[in-house]
Amino acid sequence: MHVDKYEQAWIRISIFVLVIFIIAVLTASVSAGIQVPGVEGRVDPNLITTPGASPWAEPSVRELAPGKYEAYVLAQIWAFRPGEIRIPAGSEITFYVTSKDVQHGFKIMETNINMMVLPGQVSKLKTTFDKPGTYNIVCHEYCGIGHHTMYGKIIVEEVATEAAASE
Amino acid sequence: MSVQSISQPQAAASSAKASEARFALENRLTGWQIGIAMAALSLGIFLGIVQGLEHAGLNLYTYLQPAFKSYYQGLTIHGVLNALVWTTFFITGFFTTAITRSLDMPISKPWLARLGFGLMVVGLLMTAYPLFANLATVLYTFYPPLQAHWTFYLGLTLIVVGSWVAGYAFFFTYAAWRKENKGVTTPFIAQASLITMAMWQIATLGVAVEILAMLLPWSLGLLPGTDALLGRTLFWYTGHSLVYFWLLPAYVSWYGMVPKQAGGKLFSENLARLVFWLFLLLSTPVGFHHQYTDPGIPQGWKMLHGLFTFGVAFPSLITAFTVAASLESGGRARGGKGWFGWIKKLPWDNPSFTAQNFAMILFAFGGISGVTNASYSLNLAVHNTTWIPGHFHLTVGSATTLSFFGIAYWLVPKLSGRGLFSRKAALAQAWTWLFGMIFFSNGMHMLGLHFGAPRRTMLGAAPYRDAAWNPMLMESVLGVLILTVSAFLFFYVIIGTVLAGKKLKEPVEMPVAESMDTSPTPAWLDTWRGWVYGAVALVILAYGPMLYVLFNEMQLIPLPPGLRVW
Repeated sequence: MHVDKYEQAWIRISIFVLVIFIIAVLTASVSAGIQVPGVEGRVDPNLITTPGASPWAEPSVRELAPGKYEAYVLAQIWAFRPGEIRIPAGSEITFYVTSKDVQHGFKIMETNINMMVLPGQVSKLKTTFDKPGTYNIVCHEYCGIGHHTMYGKIIVEEVATEAAASE
Repeated sequence: MSVQSISQPQAAASSAKASEARFALENRLTGWQIGIAMAALSLGIFLGIVQGLEHAGLNLYTYLQPAFKSYYQGLTIHGVLNALVWTTFFITGFFTTAITRSLDMPISKPWLARLGFGLMVVGLLMTAYPLFANLATVLYTFYPPLQAHWTFYLGLTLIVVGSWVAGYAFFFTYAAWRKENKGVTTPFIAQASLITMAMWQIATLGVAVEILAMLLPWSLGLLPGTDALLGRTLFWYTGHSLVYFWLLPAYVSWYGMVPKQAGGKLFSENLARLVFWLFLLLSTPVGFHHQYTDPGIPQGWKMLHGLFTFGVAFPSLITAFTVAASLESGGRARGGKGWFGWIKKLPWDNPSFTAQNFAMILFAFGGISGVTNASYSLNLAVHNTTWIPGHFHLTVGSATTLSFFGIAYWLVPKLSGRGLFSRKAALAQAWTWLFGMIFFSNGMHMLGLHFGAPRRTMLGAAPYRDAAWNPMLMESVLGVLILTVSAFLFFYVIIGTVLAGKKLKEPVEMPVAESMDTSPTPAWLDTWRGWVYGAVALVILAYGPMLYVLFNEMQLIPLPPGLRVW
């Protein structure tokens, strides 16, 4: 097949650019540790709220060690439970999120936390909050007529002030 | 009257008329298909305007009661009509003309073409009922366990099955042509269109299984529940190849027709054929890149589909070169000189050309944001934000839709036998779409990237909406207003042409670009078996293992009793 020499050059450049992109993406996810959710196992959304049956029966934040937290968050129409999470600045927090009803989204503004939340599945990602402030958790998947009212908050508290206040 | 007394042009005209008579059924079918497509689009665009204004804080749904109950009902209808109905009907209509004229052969089994069209119409009516009755406010992705009325699922199925049957009519016609033309290379336009229809048959298997095996029986009470992850996986198996079903008909025109309209030739026809075969191979095994943020799918599978997605960007990169080089040949043939002088000489006074050229320009930017979405890690910054509608209004909303407008500017005169009603209005339509989409998509892209504003959300009423979002929302609304003018101009030109266009003495011919490269087409580019086997093998490789796991682990979760969320 005859291919014009300029077009051949273009084809080579195209392949080169795509290979560079692939390397960049692989590098970001391997060395910078940018990860997407994977397999965390299945749950039964009709049973998880039974007292004692699962961590989502009483969704909450737990401190595992100083500066290390895990949050079990339940998404339901049209709220996150807990609706407000408080952690000190500099903490690493791992989110385990599932849905009681329809599909929801879980996006924490100004972070890389961006997950789909499905009934029957657990979405897990972790991040570290260094800067104090309020971060909105927004549901970004259509979940019914009240979808746009579904949000929660993460309040990252300044550690120094807290220490000063307790003195 | 003796033959000798007919002058040369008259003879040509009467033979053109005779040829039109051979294609009476094809003309009628195409007319109905694109007519229904445009009717659907007019309502879809109207609701798009209402959505856009809501983002500026003007909620017109208060005044649209009881016809439209909510923003989300409007959003569902906007998505279904524009993304599914306008595209599918226009594409089958356009291909009915493109394939038969390219082969110079009428449909060999007219009953199949009629049946396909009939199924699509019945499907459309059946889908319309629950949409307008607010019984299917589930958006066009209908993720379970949102449960629509069963007529919504059955209607969509019939539209897809109808498009399959329309495809069979094309394949049988091609087989009949092949029998009569042994050893002849398939004309490019016919081949590219047929490959697109073949890709569609493979691509729609996912959503067909999702609906027929899960959603439809569930909505009829025959299944206890649904599996959300399995539903999403089957949906996106079809969902991404769907975008190539929207795009490739525009490519058929950009490669096969626009160079002719520009006064040039198709730069490298054989490479163009290869591009379409690559799309057949790579369109489907890429769907997990829509599910990067889904739980329950291993990261390795997501990464694999991400790599394939960069692969499917490759044929589009070739397209950029070949189409630009073809246009350059037109500009130079029209007297253009120098590095950029040929651009000025292109037929900018031809609305069909201008609309499609702008579609190409907008698609270049849509392609860039698309590669961003496909990037495994970068996607986290933009997934399900307004960046995504910003992206796909450049692709399906511009590359596809504005190209179809450009095609309509020769196809409607051809079918109606009437000249374009107002060339100036049609040109203004193309320019306003270009600028309207630049503002709209830039506002949406930036809002999603910088602030993470969620898509598919009634942003005007969202409590977390920040004042800092306003400049970008306003930019997108400015785009919506310009697009409103553009849409009005389009329907003004089309309706004007059909009702009041000047009667043409000679029928309009479909533009067919000659190949600049006269070297023969290698046999491997004009044979089907290997490519189809390859496409099926890639689908099995990319989807087989994961679907096996998901079917094995399937949990049919019942809906909480009485739950209807809209």
